[in-house]
Order: sequence, then structure tokens, then C-alpha cells
Amino acid sequence: METLESILKDHPFFRGLEPHYLALVVGCAANVVFKEGQVLFREGEEANLFYVVRHGRIALELTSPERGALTVQTVGDGEILGWSWLIPPYHWHYTARAVEETRAITLDGKCLRGKCEEDHHLGYELLKRFAHIMEERLKATQVQLLDVYCPHPPEKKV
Amino acid sequence: MRNLMEQPQKAMAATLDHAGIDRLMQALCAHGYEVIGPAVRDQAILYDTIFSVADLPVGWTDEQDGGLYRLKRRDDDALFGYAVGPHSWKKYLFPPRARLWQAQRTDDGFQIESKAEPAPRYAFFGVRPCDLHAIEIQDRVFLDGDHVDDIYKARRDNAFIIAVNCGHAASTCFCVSMGTGPGADSGYDLVLTEVLEGSAHYFLVETGSARGVELLADIPHREATSTEISAARQVVSDTAAGMGRTLDTTGIKEHLYANYEHSRWEEVATRCLSCANCTMVCPTCFCSTVEDVTDLTGEHAERWRRWDSCFTMDHSYIHGGSVRSSTMSRYRQWMTHKLATWIDQFGTSGCVGCGRCITWCPVGIDITKEVESIRRETHGNP
Amino acid sequence: MTGPCALSHGPMHPSRYEVSRIQRETNDVFTLELEPVDGDGFSFGPGQFTMLYVFGMGEAPISISGDPANGAKLVHTIRSVGTVTGAMDKLKKGDILGVRGPFGTPWPMEEAAGRDVVLAAGGIGLAPLRPVLYQIMADRQRFGKVVLLYGTRTPEDILFRDELEEWRGRMDMEVEVTVDRAGVDWRGNVGVVTTLLPRTVFDPVNTIAMLCGPEVMMRFMIADLMKRGVLAEAIYLSMERNMKCGIGMCGHCQFGPYFVCKDGPVFRYDKVRWLLGVREI
Repeated sequence: METLESILKDHPFFRGLEPHYLALVVGCAANVVFKEGQVLFREGEEANLFYVVRHGRIALELTSPERGALTVQTVGDGEILGWSWLIPPYHWHYTARAVEETRAITLDGKCLRGKCEEDHHLGYELLKRFAHIMEERLKATQVQLLDVYCPHPPEKKV
Repeated sequence: MRNLMEQPQKAMAATLDHAGIDRLMQALCAHGYEVIGPAVRDQAILYDTIFSVADLPVGWTDEQDGGLYRLKRRDDDALFGYAVGPHSWKKYLFPPRARLWQAQRTDDGFQIESKAEPAPRYAFFGVRPCDLHAIEIQDRVFLDGDHVDDIYKARRDNAFIIAVNCGHAASTCFCVSMGTGPGADSGYDLVLTEVLEGSAHYFLVETGSARGVELLADIPHREATSTEISAARQVVSDTAAGMGRTLDTTGIKEHLYANYEHSRWEEVATRCLSCANCTMVCPTCFCSTVEDVTDLTGEHAERWRRWDSCFTMDHSYIHGGSVRSSTMSRYRQWMTHKLATWIDQFGTSGCVGCGRCITWCPVGIDITKEVESIRRETHGNP
Repeated sequence: MTGPCALSHGPMHPSRYEVSRIQRETNDVFTLELEPVDGDGFSFGPGQFTMLYVFGMGEAPISISGDPANGAKLVHTIRSVGTVTGAMDKLKKGDILGVRGPFGTPWPMEEAAGRDVVLAAGGIGLAPLRPVLYQIMADRQRFGKVVLLYGTRTPEDILFRDELEEWRGRMDMEVEVTVDRAGVDWRGNVGVVTTLLPRTVFDPVNTIAMLCGPEVMMRFMIADLMKRGVLAEAIYLSMERNMKCGIGMCGHCQFGPYFVCKDGPVFRYDKVRWLLGVREI
């Protein structure tokens, strides 16, 4: 049977993390299940957790008055959700909703945050990993912004 | 050579005088050719239908430079004492407007009628060596691919070519750099070299095909002497020594491929008007567009092919925008196509060194100088 | 090349085809099924295109999106973006179109035999890849793992929904679909098509990838494929440029030294890599 430790140890995100740091992370971890439609967190709320999605799908939503709620991204199996716990002001920038029943591991970001302040080496190891995720998200978002499938692109400036 | 029926064993060399040239033209007419040759029109030497020696630019020469073209009187009666003008032979082989087919709307759709119009029989009189190469370059485009252009082929098969070796190089000429002149070695039915020495004025005629031999046989002529032949060769080497410009073609393809982002492209774009003159006068440019049109009733449709230029915004338009919207990118396209990508596409350079693009550019952009700048300022450091 | 050309009097003369069926795919995309009036039709390779002619209006280059094994029907999936395609959008069953072709270099089906195949499609780019899927499924044993990654703008823009669901249901194929944005009633993936790649399993060294979609999407996808270990010589993309003749003579479709109409539209990535980074080429 898989334990939290074995799952996290084998996860690519935590690969290479020194054993005592991994133990720290495991100590902050818990299993969780979200029902379909359940809201994990809302835009603007304090961000104290992050998630490793084991199986399922979480939609990140933004709402605007004219357009209503729009899903700007989904996070699926094996992916990491949430870095706002690590970057001030530690608030969520989206609302997250489970599109289907989702099993995940939550990690106590508030607790880890404190530990990172005490031990900068741990902070560096975690920030390195999150920086990579942010870079991937940023690249993907940039392409999304280009709206490449739009049939009538705006006038090109010469 | 493409349109020659067979290569002669050995070229014949004969001498003709002024009257002999006229007889040559009459013989061509008698054989059913429409003779096209140089003539003074609108203060320039253009190609037009001509009937006798009197129609040629006798005693005229041209002065050419970047954005400059003037006719000047010579102090002799040379028939071919000038370089090339804004026309090239592509006007006749690859006509600026050509109808490809017509169609009628029917009850159940439409019906295309295509009756091939009989192709004109042209005799090109006075084809310069650079232009001979240009014709061969266009042969590769229109005849050697997976598809043959029927319009080009029919006119090309019919065309009789009388070449003229150059006795005068304009300052914009650089055929020597491109290996295309000023003497012709193949690609013609007959080639003339005009010799003016003191009071002597004669023409060496050499055959290049069985058709050429046949035509020469029709007019009185005498065999050329070795002195006359040497004199003719001297004319050509004198012209070669008097080239106005040079273009270093060493590794030009690789060099341009490696410099797509050279700062020189932005610089030339500040001068280029993208007027497309260069593509109109260039003897090898072959871009065209297809126009589908109807009459007012919408019952009758036609498809036309028209000359086009890579300098237009439409040329690279795809859903919503042009790929090449800046002048920089369009000038770069034209020049790298002409000197570099053409080689990968067709096996030769697209440029024959005729200098027309330099002369007819309203702002005098000089392809030879642009190449020099890109070579000299490699890595984009001006 | 593939089969006799449906050319009556030379490559610039269209042959007549009758519209036998029209399928609405999305609000601006439709599929036409055509049957030959002149001649018996032709065979084609997946990835090839034709020049479709609307009487008196003009032509548009459109990829063939049907089954190469079905010679009786010529199928095109078309997006209404301009005058000619807009006119095609108004066609009815029984109307007559002109067809010239098939033109172009097809997808490398021979090279794909015995290897894993990753197809990445963006937007209308799924249409030129659909013939690949048909051909693979007609001879499934010949290929290794087959993965289809498809991204489009919104759920309303998804093409060939029924077929996608059918393929997704097969045991011997992996199909992943994503959209750039969606309303909250969409239960699928949201994000660019590159985000689908980490979920898939295939042997990168023994994989052929075929990509079709907006150039930006293809460039990002190629980068991610290569990061995964797919070789540059095993990646193929379908390019698009302005076309007037379709036979390499009008000069419009040039892309560096290549004519997209005959050297492409399918290109091997390592051959065009040096051009893809140059702006306005």
C-alpha cells in the first residue's frame, strides 16, 4: 500500500530533495478527496496550502461581470497546484473548483513557509522547483494570450 | 540548347554588312516570324516589332546609373551601340497578362472552355548574352518542373533567337561577375558581333543551330576571315574590360542564408519604396498572380494570369495579415531569392548582371553595393 | 506521387465536382463531401491539398480531410475566413465546385510504420491530420503507440466531436483534448495543447511526430517534444503560405528556398528549423 511518503518521494516534483527535507514535507502532508463541484479555495482568500493532484481535475476560474466565470486552466493527474503560499502577499489569484471527484495531497504551506524562513536551503530547494512550474505556466499562458486560433487577428503594425 | 533542333558540327562564321542585316530581318519576316528588336520609343530603347534596319536605334547609345537612364547620340552609326533597356524578353515568353481559360455558367454548374490560342512566332532580334541566360533561367522555372507552362513552351518553341554580343557596357552592367556575358557561347540560332574599325563597319555572324544555318543560307554572305573573327573577339573582350560594376558571388548563398537578421536590411528599407520596378524590369523575375473574374451578369467567368511582385503586400497574405508586411522583409525576400534561394530552387543564380534593377530603381538602390555591405559588415556591425 | 491528377487540360484547369453532402462542424467551419463530375476522382496522400474553385470568385488552397481509402468521395473541412471560403459556406447540395490537385508533399506514413506516432493538432489543423488517423486505423498493426493531442479555442470550436469520442474510446489510441478557455460547464482540460504532452506515454526515440496548427503553437510543441527526447528528424509540420497556382510557379508560397505548395506543406523539422525563427520570412 502506498504511503504519503512513498507517493511524495516518487513524485518528480520532489525528486532530489534531501531525505530530511522530504520528511519535513511528508510531515506537512495529508490526503484529501474533493467531490465534484467542490471549491478548494476562492480568489482573494489567504493561501496556506498547495496540492499534488493524484487523480482528477481542478479548474482554475476567473470571474468578470461581462463574461461570468471562465476557466483559464485545468490541473490534472500528477500536477502541482498552487504557489501563492510561497510568494507574498500569500493570497489566491483564482478560484479552484473540482471538475470531477479528485484525490489530492494537501501540503501545509503556512507551516513550510515558516520552516523556509528558518532554513534558507530548504527555501531555495522549494523555490527552485516552483520557479520551474511558474516558468512552464507562464510560457503556456503567453501562448494562450496570443489566441492563436482566432480567425481574425488584429491588424499587424508595420 | 532547348529550342535548337540539333547542334551543328561546327559553327559557321560569316560576315555581313549593313544591308546584310536588313536582309536577315526580311528573311525572318519571309519565314513568318514577327521580328521583335530594340527601337527608340519614349526616349528609351525598348523592344518592339521592327521591320527593317532603319527601325533599330542606329547611332544611339545609353547612359545608365543608379536611377538614371538617358539616351545619347553616338558619333557613329552603330546599330547595337547601347546596353539593355527596361524591357526584357520575358514580356514575350511570359506575357504580362494571359487568359488561362473561360467558363460559362450552366444550369447544372459551369463549363470550362479552353481553346489554346495559336502561339505567336517571334524572332528575337538582338538578344544580349545576359538576356540569353535569363531566358535559360526562366526555362528552368517554366519547363523543367513537375508541370510545364504551356503558354511559355509554345512561344519558346517558336522563338527564333538572333543574339548580339555586346560592344558597349553600361556602368550598371556586371555580367562578367555573373558569368553571363558580354559574349554569348550558346542558346542562340545566330549571334552577331558588330565591328566598327575606322571606316569599316561589318557584322560577324555565327550560327548556333541548324535553323540558324538555314536562315543564313537564305541571304548572300561571305565566309569571315580570321582577322574579322579576331576583331569581333576583341570587341567582346574590350567590353568585358569595361564593366561598370562587379558582384562577388563567392559563397553568396551561404552568406545570405547566414545573414537574415543583418542590420543592412533595415537600412535599405529606409530607401526602398517597394515600388516593384526592379521586379518588372528584371528578366528572370517570374512571380504571377491568378485572377478569377466574371462579367456583370455573372454568367461568364475567366481566369487570367498576371505579373505580380513580391514587393506587394498581397503577395504573402494569409488569413488576416501579410507574412512580409515590412519593406525590410520584402526587399530581403527579393534579394535573397535572386542571389541565394534561387540556386537551391533551380540550380543557378537568378541574377544575370544586366543591371536593370539598378538603373530603374527610382532611388538607385544597387544590388552590387548591398551585397558588398552585407559582406563587409558581417555580424551586423556597420 | 499518388494517383492520377484530376486535371482536364493542364494544372491550371479545374475539374468539376458536385457537393454531395455538407456537414456543419462549428459556427465557422464546415465539411464538404464532393463527388467527381469530370473524370473518376483521384487518390491522394494524407496532408495533400487541392485548390477549390467557386465559379467566378476565385480559389482557395484547402487540405483534404477525408479518408484516403475512399476514392469515391473527396472531403474538405473548411473555415470561412474570406470571400472564397465565405462563398463555399453558402453552397448547397448539388452545387458544382472546381478542383485542382492533389498537390503537395504528404505526411510521412512510410516513415511512421513500426514507430510510435504522436499527432498534435491546433484548431483547424486537425483537418489535415484526420486522413493520417484514418490510414493508421485501417492498418493499426503497422504502427506502435498512437497519441492524438488536440487543442482549440473553446469547446464550441472542437471539430469532429463524434469521431474524437469514438477514437477516445478505442483501447489502442490515446486522445487528449484541451481548449484555450471555457465556461464552467466544460469538464475537460483547459490550457494550451503543450500542457497535454506530459500526460502521454510514448517512446521518444522511436516516435514520429506530426504537427498541424498555428505556427506559434507548433513551435512551442516542437520545443516540448524535443525536450522529451523526440528527434528533430522525426518531427514533421504542415506549413501554410499564400498560394495562387499550387504548382510552384507563381512564387507566392516561398518560405526561404522552399515552395510550400510542392516542397511542403509537410516539412521535416530539421530541414526548416533555421527558417522558423526568422521573422517575416
